[in-house]
Amino acid sequence: MFLELLPFYNKYLEPASAYEITNVVQNFPFISILLSLFIGIVCLAVRPKTAMKLVFFNLGACFLLGLSTLIYCIGRGDYFIYVMGQFPAPFGNEIRVGVLEALMATAFALVMFLSLMGGLKHIFHDVLPEKQTYYFLMMEFLFTSLIALIYTNDLFTAYVFVEINTLTACAIVMLKHSKETLVATARYLMMSLLGSGLIMIGISILYDISGHLLMEDIKVAVTALAKTGKYKLPLEVVICLFAIGLGIKSALYPFHSWLPDAHGTSTSGSSAVLSGLVLKAYIILLIKMIYRVFGMEVILNSRVLNILFVLGVLAMTIGSIKAINSRDLKRMIAYSSVAQIGYIYLGIGLGPAGMAAACLQILVHAYTKPMLFNTAGAFMDEANGSRKFKDLVGAARKNMWAGIGFAVGAFSMIGIPLFAGFVVKYNLATAALTTTKLKAIVALVALVISTVLNAVYYIPALMVLFKKTDDTKDIVLFGSKTDVPFVVSNGIFIICNFILGILSFIFIDIIIMGLSMFA
Amino acid sequence: MLSGLISNFYETASIIVFGIGFVTLLLNRNIIKKIIGFNFMDTAIYLFLASKGYITGRIAPIVSERLGDANVVAYQAGTAVPNINNYVNPVPAGLVLTGIVVSVSFTAFFLALAVRLYRAYNTLDLHKIISIMNKEENEE
Repeated sequence: MFLELLPFYNKYLEPASAYEITNVVQNFPFISILLSLFIGIVCLAVRPKTAMKLVFFNLGACFLLGLSTLIYCIGRGDYFIYVMGQFPAPFGNEIRVGVLEALMATAFALVMFLSLMGGLKHIFHDVLPEKQTYYFLMMEFLFTSLIALIYTNDLFTAYVFVEINTLTACAIVMLKHSKETLVATARYLMMSLLGSGLIMIGISILYDISGHLLMEDIKVAVTALAKTGKYKLPLEVVICLFAIGLGIKSALYPFHSWLPDAHGTSTSGSSAVLSGLVLKAYIILLIKMIYRVFGMEVILNSRVLNILFVLGVLAMTIGSIKAINSRDLKRMIAYSSVAQIGYIYLGIGLGPAGMAAACLQILVHAYTKPMLFNTAGAFMDEANGSRKFKDLVGAARKNMWAGIGFAVGAFSMIGIPLFAGFVVKYNLATAALTTTKLKAIVALVALVISTVLNAVYYIPALMVLFKKTDDTKDIVLFGSKTDVPFVVSNGIFIICNFILGILSFIFIDIIIMGLSMFA
Repeated sequence: MLSGLISNFYETASIIVFGIGFVTLLLNRNIIKKIIGFNFMDTAIYLFLASKGYITGRIAPIVSERLGDANVVAYQAGTAVPNINNYVNPVPAGLVLTGIVVSVSFTAFFLALAVRLYRAYNTLDLHKIISIMNKEENEE
């Protein structure tokens, strides 16, 4: 349907091999990775303010490059493979770009741009002046690793970028100058290293039984192995290792203990990027592995999706219960991330039917959670930097614009129609109905309970923030000191939320098209 | 089952070492010991990869007359045919190198973090550090 909207791109629909470069747009994904790496290095040599401008320039450029890649891919109707250097795949390296990859890269660039913009004031306040250059350097490398993880077609390249992602994310948490971030970083780093170890040994065993590192070649080998029944146990072990390894890194329920500390204590811009994007990159890698490395059939036979389904349901409920108990605004939002990640795993656990809803949830959460974290940062400004609810009474009245942003985010998380979160719940529920009876019942009950629980902590939070107190008799729209970048970014986030909520059918079409390119 | 474990002793050993490293990193309270555990874990993976890359009776995949490659010499002497099957698989060695780079950077980062934690809390015991932190938070 969406294809018909872009007929002028159909002229590129000439039958061409996936490897052939027929259009200049095919260079864009590689250019965006290279540009991010290069600007990251340049950031080291310049002053923090200049580094900041460079980062914003790069993110804006990557957004445009990603958008043109997305439009090109939709017009092309097929994926393409970009070979780096002169050597083809097993000797050289390559990236593979389909609609879903381009969509995610575009969305991530925009989210990162807006998150950093919204948290800019806090970044310059929380990070020591001599370390600010490093902050932007790390952000730049983090972004590089995110888009490289999305585009890569090679398992070991994916591993390297997973590690770069972890290292930079830990460094970003640590760069806020305070004692508690040190502890948060130590816990985050420790759990991430456990996850990396499992992923690495998984790749080693998979390379051992398949003999390849390129995703397509592994899939051919794995399909052959699955047919003959050879190496059945190692294959299942590998699938479990990847599921658990990436689960630890994306804070799936029993492995979530590091998340509230890391996301709750870092500066608000970092929290926004960490919860909005870093967690999602690993899940996108997992989805890619399910489709492109193992193949859906092998995954369904291994029944690992059932485990992810159960863990997703547990995450949805227990994450919310923990959020109810927290007395700290940012910690509450961080625990809410655990629950929202549960929704993604619920969608993955439903199998092929729920995958589109899971991808939509990745997008929706990427646009909602950074908004909540940034508005939380704005409230903290009005309460002398305290994150405790008792100090934040009436904070939304002191900064109404942030209050509106928080309300939109909260309504989206609860799942009120017109807001983005509703579409995800609706799609998850309809997807659940197409699966087995037991799964459908469990999924629907979990969705209902989780919605109620979300309301149980977001509504009281809203009531506390909007409470009329003696010193907040007058409503102030933009806070005591107008923070222009935050005002702009919050506005765009609100618009994006409504776009995702009202025009979701376009995004679902694109996602389904992208998923069909995976198989 | 048991004979398989013994005949593949490299793999068995590497998985055991991996388990030791994993549990140390997860459960040990001392941060320095955690770092040692992490290095155990990674080294075990290198052992696994190296043992997978090695094929008994084959040599390093460097084809050069000047280096006196045994196969080239044998070929010139007319006793052997140059054949890809004479060499071991070079890819795992490349993977190990990459893994070492990653592991070194993580170790450096973790050690730097340990230094800062010790300066802030005067202990390297993570449980103690967390309890001190919670106490400070409650006092505020």
